[in-house]
Amino acid sequence: MSRRIVVVTAGLTVPSSTRLLADQLAEATTAQVTARGEAVDIEFIELREVAGELATFMVTGGIPTPRLTELREQVAAAEGLIAVTPVFNGSYSGLFKMFFDALDKDSLAGTPVLIAAAAGSARHSLVLDHALRPLFAYLRAVVVPTGIFAATEDFGSHGLSDRITRAAAELAALVLSQGGYGVGGFAPDLAARPRRTSGTQVEADVTPFGDLLRGHSGTD
Amino acid sequence: MQFGIFSVGDVTTDPTDGRTPSEAERISAMTQYALKAEAVGLDVFATGEHHNPPFVVSSPTTHLGFIAAQTERLLLSTSTTLITTNDPVKIAEDYAFLQHLSGGRVDLMMGRGNTGPVYPWFGKDIRDGIKLAVENYHLLRKLWREPVVNWQGQFRTPLQGYTSTPAPLDGTPPFVWHGSIRSTEIAEQAAYYGDGFFHNHIFWNKEHTEQMVKLYRRRFEHYGHGAADQAYVGLGGQAFMASTEAEAKRVFRPYFDNAPVYGHGPSLEDFSEMTPLTVGTPEQVIERTLGFADYVGDYQRQMFLMDHAGLPTSLVLEQIEMLGTEVVPVLRAEFERRRPAHVPSDPPTHASLVAAGPDAPHHLVEPARARAEELAAQAEVTA
Repeated sequence: MSRRIVVVTAGLTVPSSTRLLADQLAEATTAQVTARGEAVDIEFIELREVAGELATFMVTGGIPTPRLTELREQVAAAEGLIAVTPVFNGSYSGLFKMFFDALDKDSLAGTPVLIAAAAGSARHSLVLDHALRPLFAYLRAVVVPTGIFAATEDFGSHGLSDRITRAAAELAALVLSQGGYGVGGFAPDLAARPRRTSGTQVEADVTPFGDLLRGHSGTD
Repeated sequence: MQFGIFSVGDVTTDPTDGRTPSEAERISAMTQYALKAEAVGLDVFATGEHHNPPFVVSSPTTHLGFIAAQTERLLLSTSTTLITTNDPVKIAEDYAFLQHLSGGRVDLMMGRGNTGPVYPWFGKDIRDGIKLAVENYHLLRKLWREPVVNWQGQFRTPLQGYTSTPAPLDGTPPFVWHGSIRSTEIAEQAAYYGDGFFHNHIFWNKEHTEQMVKLYRRRFEHYGHGAADQAYVGLGGQAFMASTEAEAKRVFRPYFDNAPVYGHGPSLEDFSEMTPLTVGTPEQVIERTLGFADYVGDYQRQMFLMDHAGLPTSLVLEQIEMLGTEVVPVLRAEFERRRPAHVPSDPPTHASLVAAGPDAPHHLVEPARARAEELAAQAEVTA
């Protein structure tokens, strides 16, 4: 069964160095997954194309536009995520944050994520650990240890591709190890499995009203 | 079937001339809309409840009582009554009193309210929203149905030997709707008590509304109140009309583009596609509205939002006139034509509830209690 990895890229120009970095990460991850004898489908989400829909979502209190609904479901169904942003004023771009603000808070729980950023200067390199990592920690995603930061000058250095290979290997290993929760009954690990949801559908399972009323009926 | 208008009571600057109505003007305008609604043959007027600017609607029963005195037939309702931050004891008293004043022309729609600071202002915590809605509503049902209430819950001072006065008119509590956009717990609550479920509808895509209403219908049947298609469903709608679509869009567009809820965001055209908003001729509004029943099933109440975004009073009055004289008569006939005989046309009214007698399930605090216990016992046997 082919693994699904989604690449979210927030570059604003065409072509963009953010997308260039995203392409290299996707390629390296594909190589690492297939080297382990598994197939992978990489799906790109170019946030630039949904900038208008994200603005609509924000100013209407969350009206689900058709394309955004698809993307939210795509992310919640992904087995791995590569998130790449340009660095603006010392942090991820507003467009990048808008997309993650539009996700359900449970849509990435337990999901392996590779974080990356492209910037004009190496002096922004802590953006990965000061901005991106806390964001994905809040979303309870599993961020791989190696983050990829690429300043303009890195595109001419060898070190970048070595780091990309290392990060891709870490992501591939995590994506392929998912689902190993051991034998049921020996520990409460099955119950602890993160429950993911895109938030785009009404949950069919409803809490029976007797449970909701318990302790609130005024007599007990 | 019942048709009406509902208002959120916002004071908003008219973007075409920069004029902002005073609170007095806005309140007076809302009264005029209610009177107009009765005059043009609409059935229901519902007022929102808010406790923060730019809204004026902090005291619904005062306003509805004033309207009751000037109308004869109009049903007075809410959109919504804050079941979370209001004291259920005061709701029980106020709305029973309004029943007496209006001759029973009252029902209510419960809502939680989504303005964060209102909760602490009234001594509550928004994170308890669902629990507050469950506990407070249960107490409200008791206050309207038990002559003497002893109560101890999580959120309110306990009651010992309390009698809510006046008792509901003719010993018959008003019918209640529960409004929720996203919370399945509230659809479940409405289904459990056999109450109505209202979906605001106007800020969401139809697929979402359809799923929420289906959930409520399925659970209504589950609790033994009737078949799923007999459950009581209400929907919101939003329209602006003129003799041509182009003219309707020309007049409404500046209001849409600057509206507090969705202004400066999607285009009028995109929003009309994503939500039930219809800006066009009365015929277009009729066609769109009739389509609602295709995805929620035959339903009992359709409310329209007509007065918001700074629309001037004269324009809103014209819109209500068109709604009452050109749109609703056709909707009534067409909705009845497609409705199967076993599906009720109207939600319960004071008259129908009185006619059903004191032994009807409506008079029980928990009409589905026995059914729920039976289902739980069955589930235990199966397990």
